[in-house]
Amino acid sequence: MESFDTIVKRLSENRLWQFPGGVKPQDKKALSNTHAIRRLPLPDCLYIPLKQHIGNKGSLIVEVGQRVLKGQPLTKASGPYSVPIHASTSGTVKAIDEHVSAHPSGIAEPTLMLEPDGLDEWIKLHPNPHYSQLDKSTLVELICDAGISGMGGAGFPTHIKTNNPQKLEFLIINGIECEPYITADDRLMREHAWQIRQGIDILQHTLNPKHIIVAVEDNKPEALEALRIACKDKPDCSLVSTPTLYPMGGEKQLIQVVTGREVPGKGLPSDIGITMFNIGTCFAIADAVFNGKPLIERVVTLTGEAVKAPQNVWALIGTPIAFLTEHAQLKSSKRYSQRIIMGGPMMGFTVTSPRVPVVKTTNCLLMPKASFAQPEDIERPCIRCSACSDVCPASLLPQQLLWHSKAKEYDKAQDYNLFDCIECGACAYVCPSDIPLVQYYRQAKSAVRSEKDEKQKAEKAKARFDARTQRLENDKKEREEKHQKAAQARQNAKANANDTATETTTAPKSAAVAAAIARAKAKKQQTSTPVLETEQKEPAQVDDKKAKVAAAVARAKAKKAASSNAIESEEKLESNTEAPQQTEVDDKKAKIAAAVARAKAKKAAASNGVEPNEKTAPTIETTQQTDADAKKAKVAAAVARAKAKAKAKAEKNAE
Amino acid sequence: MILGTSSSPHHTARRSTQIIMQLVMLAAIPGLLAQWYFFGWGVVIQLALAIVTCVGCEALVLALRKKPVVFVLNDYSAVLTGWLLAICLPPLLPWWMTVIGCVFAIVIAKQLYGGLGFNIFNPAMIGYVVLLISFPAQMSQWLPVNGLAELSPSLLDSLSVIFTGFTVSGHDIEQLRYTIDGVTSATPLDSVRTAITLNNTYSDAINSPVFNGGLLASWGAGWGWISAFYLLGGIALIMANIINWRIPVSVLVGVAITATVLNLLNGDLYGSAVYHWFNGAVMVGAFFIATDPVSASTTAKGKVVFGALIGFWIVIIRTFGGYPDAVAFSILFLNMSVPLIDYYTQPRTYGHSTKNRAENSAEKRKKKSN
Repeated sequence: MESFDTIVKRLSENRLWQFPGGVKPQDKKALSNTHAIRRLPLPDCLYIPLKQHIGNKGSLIVEVGQRVLKGQPLTKASGPYSVPIHASTSGTVKAIDEHVSAHPSGIAEPTLMLEPDGLDEWIKLHPNPHYSQLDKSTLVELICDAGISGMGGAGFPTHIKTNNPQKLEFLIINGIECEPYITADDRLMREHAWQIRQGIDILQHTLNPKHIIVAVEDNKPEALEALRIACKDKPDCSLVSTPTLYPMGGEKQLIQVVTGREVPGKGLPSDIGITMFNIGTCFAIADAVFNGKPLIERVVTLTGEAVKAPQNVWALIGTPIAFLTEHAQLKSSKRYSQRIIMGGPMMGFTVTSPRVPVVKTTNCLLMPKASFAQPEDIERPCIRCSACSDVCPASLLPQQLLWHSKAKEYDKAQDYNLFDCIECGACAYVCPSDIPLVQYYRQAKSAVRSEKDEKQKAEKAKARFDARTQRLENDKKEREEKHQKAAQARQNAKANANDTATETTTAPKSAAVAAAIARAKAKKQQTSTPVLETEQKEPAQVDDKKAKVAAAVARAKAKKAASSNAIESEEKLESNTEAPQQTEVDDKKAKIAAAVARAKAKKAAASNGVEPNEKTAPTIETTQQTDADAKKAKVAAAVARAKAKAKAKAEKNAE
Repeated sequence: MILGTSSSPHHTARRSTQIIMQLVMLAAIPGLLAQWYFFGWGVVIQLALAIVTCVGCEALVLALRKKPVVFVLNDYSAVLTGWLLAICLPPLLPWWMTVIGCVFAIVIAKQLYGGLGFNIFNPAMIGYVVLLISFPAQMSQWLPVNGLAELSPSLLDSLSVIFTGFTVSGHDIEQLRYTIDGVTSATPLDSVRTAITLNNTYSDAINSPVFNGGLLASWGAGWGWISAFYLLGGIALIMANIINWRIPVSVLVGVAITATVLNLLNGDLYGSAVYHWFNGAVMVGAFFIATDPVSASTTAKGKVVFGALIGFWIVIIRTFGGYPDAVAFSILFLNMSVPLIDYYTQPRTYGHSTKNRAENSAEKRKKKSN
């Protein structure tokens, strides 16, 4: 990569680099560049699309029927890649509806219809003459609120570019305007060089580049001279006159020509310390900061062989193009179809309706001579003459791209760097076989993009599906494990019951355990009443809520059992409590209940004069281990201790 | 008002395929006139016959393939193919051989491969090689050039020989080939080959009468001038930006380097660069045939490789091979190699590393398979 010093040195010597290829179409700028930019009367209706930039559209903040003032915001930025739109004049919001768009497809998009009231009344503006006292973020916000997006063509939100955290070496101001016919930037530079310079000053303040390069093609000497005068006292600023060669104005090409650097394949200019702004954008930034005016109008060139009065006009954003073509006196013909091209002859697109509105990126309406022939009709096979690759500024092989695009071999087309095509149209311009090459590349690109989207969607869906199956499987496994454990616990309990002649259940489920406790107590109650009395005191000694609850349940059950005094009722109780066992999982309760059961088992053993049950203990311990909880364990131990004491007392009493 | 639509770019500065073909033929006219001057009416008759046959074949196949006949014929590519084939043929070749050559060129080499733009081989050269392999004797029956011939056939004689085998006065082609010295004429390339097989030196060989009348010692009589006129036409094509300079210049340089190396090794056996340039079909081949865009390399570097290798093969086959001239073979060999050459000579795309694209895509594939 060329070093900063080399570049500055070469610029000072007026030595530039070159880009490969390029074509030299007749520039035809003399048609429209001789008259000053004109102001037009207000059109009858304005169609302001809600989104005029790359990114997300803002959210509406006005309603149908509301009166709005000139410059009043109509939407609010809804995300970082969003800029608002503003009312281009004062008037009433007639409708917010779908309207034919300024897009090659003409597909309808949400548009606000504004009926001017003719007063052209401004909203209160907030000028900031002392921009240098404002901090960077305030300026970026001002630029965003003014609704500025790149005016050179792509329409990228400007505030994103002005908010560049990377270290910048070069700020390049693009006044190239390499498309034939268009003179909007040319006139703007000639008439408003000072305001453009103010815009550059603001950009310099926010971006802090080491050097500024202002580049103008050498077919616009007046514009270059005007900028030279405006920027005379500006340090670290080079004014460069580049050769007239299409597509010099392409971002990548201009960077290559003035710095010798190349933007990496999948990178951005900021990756090589460069950022670029169109002069129209500079003008709009100055307007937004110094005058507080949002972007509501722009210069549009009305030109072509089919108009009687080619000229540049200030067109309000939203002006239907029919209004402009009428002013340029378009010679209408009933027999022939007339093309109206929005943009230049190389990269512009034909509009589909006279009601298409002027948007922030509309720099030209070109009306060429009416004709029958459409280029698509006379396409011949490619003869591989390679005239296209000779003119390709990106050094691609357009004939290979065509071959693979036509065959829908998109992998191979990408191997030939399909996505490095900037769609400048130089290849199709020279093609002897009249092949609309760019059209093929666009189709191939969009096919690749939608393929990618689809793949991503499919992958996401698959990931979701896999996650779900996994989850269901895990759930199933867990359930099965629980069932198994429960079943084993029940079996163990049965075995114990045989040994101790006491029915003890050690299932980890609280309800079941509680039921078992109840049963055990009921039996005990029948045999020895004093034990019951001491047992009723237990809860008071332990201050665990759960323990109390369990005890209460046990008490209730004991009472019930005592009253009925029948074994059948016990069995009923068991079956009733089995149901909640599955749904209700409460480990805490289980542990406490288990501890209680243990204690009782000991007690029962003592009262029966048998050795403490050794078989129950291990099963209880395993449940304890799996559901390890120190606190609960301590509580259980305490309960057990208390019970042991009570037992000893009871024994003494009995003696 | 009807709004028309079109896709960008809306303006073009194109020279249509049709104009390109016509301009190529225009540039070939000086050479053709020289051929007519030195070899007589046979040249013109072959030209007319070849063009009619080629256009007829093209129309027939297009009709069979259900393609728009007039629209496609309008590209003039069939006319040019016939033209290029005709100027390579001996002037008094029997008519049916010319027809066979044309049928092969158009039907097999061009249309069966998919028509204009899809043929891997240069159709005219396929037609020529088919004839050369099938009818080697007739294909080497070149007449002595004007001024050296004993009998100069008139327009009527030529017509008669081509269509019946005999002139109006009853001479056959072998009699017409007698020179004023009373021997059967040979082309300059032939005569040098024969001389060397007879253990004569190259410098002796170019003292023979077939080299009299050239501007330089090694110019064949007539052939040198014909080559010079094709060279002129070729330069005009480069100036008019119809053909790229890379292929013809590399062919000539390839011929010159190979010939000079051999000539320096043994000047008695091997001809000089000028000898190779101005005899046989090198000039026509370099400027008019190797530059056929469809079958040539398309990358800048590839064109140089393509041209240089053609030049190399021309000299190698002429010197060591069995055929006196080798332009057609060399061009066809390199036509075969074009996909390979193009693949390895792709230019570096803007913003990409200097690494060869082939390596890059190989890497990508590796990553994928991993």
